[in-house]
Amino acid sequence: MGRSARELFGAEVERLSDRLYGSALRFTRNAEDAEDLVAEALAKAWAKRDELRDPQAFEGWLLRILANTFMSQWRHRRASPEVPMQGEDGEGEPFSLFERLHQPFLLWWSNPEDAAVQAFLREDMERALDALPDPYRLAVILVDVQGHGYADAAALLGVPVGTVRSRLARARSQLQRELWRHALDAGLLSPPRKRSAR
Amino acid sequence: MSCEEALRRLAEYLDRELDRRSDAALARHLERCRACFSRAEFERKLKQALRGTGSRRAPERLRSRIKSLVDSF
Repeated sequence: MGRSARELFGAEVERLSDRLYGSALRFTRNAEDAEDLVAEALAKAWAKRDELRDPQAFEGWLLRILANTFMSQWRHRRASPEVPMQGEDGEGEPFSLFERLHQPFLLWWSNPEDAAVQAFLREDMERALDALPDPYRLAVILVDVQGHGYADAAALLGVPVGTVRSRLARARSQLQRELWRHALDAGLLSPPRKRSAR
Repeated sequence: MSCEEALRRLAEYLDRELDRRSDAALARHLERCRACFSRAEFERKLKQALRGTGSRRAPERLRSRIKSLVDSF
């Protein structure tokens, strides 16, 4: 590949820079580390550029390299091999934000679930996601944030597909529980003048 | 498909992990069941919001770094 390949690569990377940085930020939870991760992933991607068969798949290919680069660092930093999480069920029973929003005290809203989703700020979502235990957090980042399928996420995480499925379920449950708590604390779901409706 | 089964498989449906037949069956259920449709829409919007956290304006410092890096290839 000559100069034109490099220019094409550069243009695509520039187009995707916000996605790359945003993804890296979710993985690392730190701006400086996120920038380093993007740079390392791009160097790897350039070295592997001949492996990309379909130019239309560039974004997914690049995000996968970014994820793989982070996972390698993450595994390296861990003192011991991954073992099943203690109490992987987090706080116990599955939690559904949707079901909570249909409690009688919220019926003053005609459409509480729509209003709730709109009320959550981007930072609320980021905070809730960043607070998850790593195995859950990584499953959500790979599937929900980056858009990988279960099989791909399983390969990246080095766990069976069934583990990805169960971690996603638990992660989403914890995430919704956290959003619910935040919504109550911030008064997002309380009727006017009834801000203590916990 | 019952509501119970639809809700049990909803996450996989939204993640596009169901086989074609199950996917079509769940889609048909959502067309007919307002309660499950509302739940599915809610979960879909939350999923979209999560996806949105994966994009953030790259700082100028990173943009310059990327440009220098690509120039060095």
